Amino acid sequence: MIEEEPVSLADAPARALNMIEAINEALDITMARDPDVVILGEDVGYFGGVFRATAGLQKKYGKHRVFDSPINECGIVGAAVGMAAYGLRPVPEIQFADYIYPGLDQLVSEAARMRYRSAGEFTASMTIRSPFGGGIFGGQTHSQSPEALFTHVAGLKTVIPSTPHDAKGLLIAAIEDNDPVIFFEPKRIYNGPFDGYYDNPSKTWKAHPGGQVPEGYYKIPLGKARVVREGSAMTVLAYGTMIHVAEAVLAQKGVDAEIIDLRTLVPLDIETVQASVEKTGKCLVIHEATRTSGFGAELSALVQERCFYHLEAPVERVTGFDTPYPHSLEWAYFPGPVRIGEAVDRLLKD
Amino acid sequence: MADSGSAPARSRGNLPPLQLHVPEPRFRPGDQVDYSHIVVPPAGAQTRPDETCDPIETKPLCVDLIRVLDDEHRAVGPWDPKLDPETLRRMLRSMALTRAFDDRLYRSQRQGKTSFYMKSTGEEAISIATAFALDREDMVFPSYRQQGILIARGYPLVEMVNQIYSNRADKLKGRQLPVMYSARDYGFFTISGNLATQYPQAVGWAMASAIKGDTRIATAFVGEGSSAEGDFHAAMTFAAVYNAPVVLNIVNNQWAISSFSGFAGAERATFAARAEGYGIAGLRVDGNDILAVYAAMQWAADRARANGGPTLIEHFTYRAEGHSTSDDPSAYRSVQEREEWPLGDPITRLMRHLIALGEWSEDQHAAMDREVAEEVKAATKQAEKNGILGHGMHHPFHTMFEDVFEELPWHLEEQADQAIRERRTKFPDWKPEVPESRS
Repeated sequence: MIEEEPVSLADAPARALNMIEAINEALDITMARDPDVVILGEDVGYFGGVFRATAGLQKKYGKHRVFDSPINECGIVGAAVGMAAYGLRPVPEIQFADYIYPGLDQLVSEAARMRYRSAGEFTASMTIRSPFGGGIFGGQTHSQSPEALFTHVAGLKTVIPSTPHDAKGLLIAAIEDNDPVIFFEPKRIYNGPFDGYYDNPSKTWKAHPGGQVPEGYYKIPLGKARVVREGSAMTVLAYGTMIHVAEAVLAQKGVDAEIIDLRTLVPLDIETVQASVEKTGKCLVIHEATRTSGFGAELSALVQERCFYHLEAPVERVTGFDTPYPHSLEWAYFPGPVRIGEAVDRLLKD
Repeated sequence: MADSGSAPARSRGNLPPLQLHVPEPRFRPGDQVDYSHIVVPPAGAQTRPDETCDPIETKPLCVDLIRVLDDEHRAVGPWDPKLDPETLRRMLRSMALTRAFDDRLYRSQRQGKTSFYMKSTGEEAISIATAFALDREDMVFPSYRQQGILIARGYPLVEMVNQIYSNRADKLKGRQLPVMYSARDYGFFTISGNLATQYPQAVGWAMASAIKGDTRIATAFVGEGSSAEGDFHAAMTFAAVYNAPVVLNIVNNQWAISSFSGFAGAERATFAARAEGYGIAGLRVDGNDILAVYAAMQWAADRARANGGPTLIEHFTYRAEGHSTSDDPSAYRSVQEREEWPLGDPITRLMRHLIALGEWSEDQHAAMDREVAEEVKAATKQAEKNGILGHGMHHPFHTMFEDVFEELPWHLEEQADQAIRERRTKFPDWKPEVPESRS
């Protein structure tokens, strides 16, 4: 069964999976299809990963294909670059996005530029998986959203899913892509969607349509956004956890917003973004990451450049504050319903 | 807070003030050079353990210096690789060609034909011996000073010059700084300006070869200066943990631009000695003795091929010239250093060995030097037909935007259009060249 577009998957047999199970299934499927896919990272082997994303894979595919690594992110990424140069298709895991920085030189100076500087002689076909984002009382070093560091690097693709359905299809596409892909997994929604109302009981993916994951092999193309809901009052641009927060807030306020899940930040689906803002005339950008020079700034600038004469109000940005991610004041930091609500009100007033 | 339970403050009056040690090289410009502190053991005196030995058995060799060529220019001892004279002559010629190439391209930079060049003068034996000791299919992850490997593997000189001139025949399309070659078909990994990044990559390549049950091995080079990078530690750890079939080389040429080797830790231990703590075999070799380098590389390659695991080799040598065309070494070191260097010159030493064997002569050597100079000159002339830097004969404009990704995303298409528009504004008669890949 090979399905290319998610819309055509409506009839495919599906069952409810959480995001971890969907990611595990994507890894399993690509490993079965391609003997060159190998997984390495801290605790990913025998134990199956601290979030269980690689559970069972070492047993199924052997220690040559799924193996634990030393605690050294520079080594994990650097070795993966060398494996990719050999011709493998490594899928290294960085346990938390907050710990990707020791591997940054290998990602920015090496993986991203391998194809360019060698004029295509060597490539770095690899997918770096890493849990990211806050909302779990992870404090400063288990909550960060460093996507803007990577969207700024020529040669890297950055992908962030918001549902188990998308996580599986996007991860398969990322692994099969011949460019290096940073695949950030919003760990707050590994087990269920999160609408920002942290006092409410947590939900599972069972009742959410995005938790219905088709069986077998399918890809969701990189560079294509998903229109979560159509609307006319304003365009909301978001990704990851913030899709669900935005949906809840706008539904509660009864605003007929068009919500777009970008899914891939680079290359961005500019056509979908532009068409939506031209239709609605207003744009709200939401992300968890800190504000200054965050990816929202790029989105805001693009919308301003390309939709200026359609805009009826300034582009609004709702983001994390420009502070390190705090522990005790997490919900004062997190761009939750109040902050989003204020921005929606400002846009509606104009 | 005052009585927090911590130990009472004790008098510190008798303690000497702490002192920061900032290493200082022995000789600065104008100083008399005295190398008597460098221990040069007699050639042939070093034991040669079996290639599959326990790493700890190589411990003495990490502080010794493996040498084959003695003071009478004979090859002696258990590390003598016993190469035939024809191979020795080919190695000699490769070294001479490398030096001639360096000399001419250095002048080309001075003549303004390119922006930058880096010589490997005095270090030719390390590259050439590596190329001769390894199989052509083994992947080399070089730094920027192993051009001799490309030359010894027969990579066309004219392609090297095209790259240095960034001209329209440059295989890297003018994207890379001169000397940052890439030659996959010659087992020569794309060179990066970021130091030591190739070290964990070589280990990963070797791991991949092991994963696939291949028989090829990898080798990587750093200078002693960049062995201080974190990537060095990452590579050594990964190489040891996975018993990767890799040979990791440190070219200790005493200088990292203006910083002497003390800033990489040379005052406390040899660089080969770092191997022991990782559980990796280590060898320290006279880097100006091509037979010793060949023997060490062959030993390490055989060990890797037998699943014996990685080896760290320190090549003890001297950077005879400036760091690059942007560097003036007389500003930080004594000019006497080069002439006094106790391990001599690698080309001269092999030449004298061949002469002592009765397999070579001064006249043949002089004739060879003329030949290689002519060969290099012919290559530069041919490359110049494809253009020199800044004279307009570059790759088509659009190629700047290609290979960032496999396919051009919309934002790069837009930026390519912008660049072409700017070009037309500047040169109204200009027409965009159509790159071959897009025609």
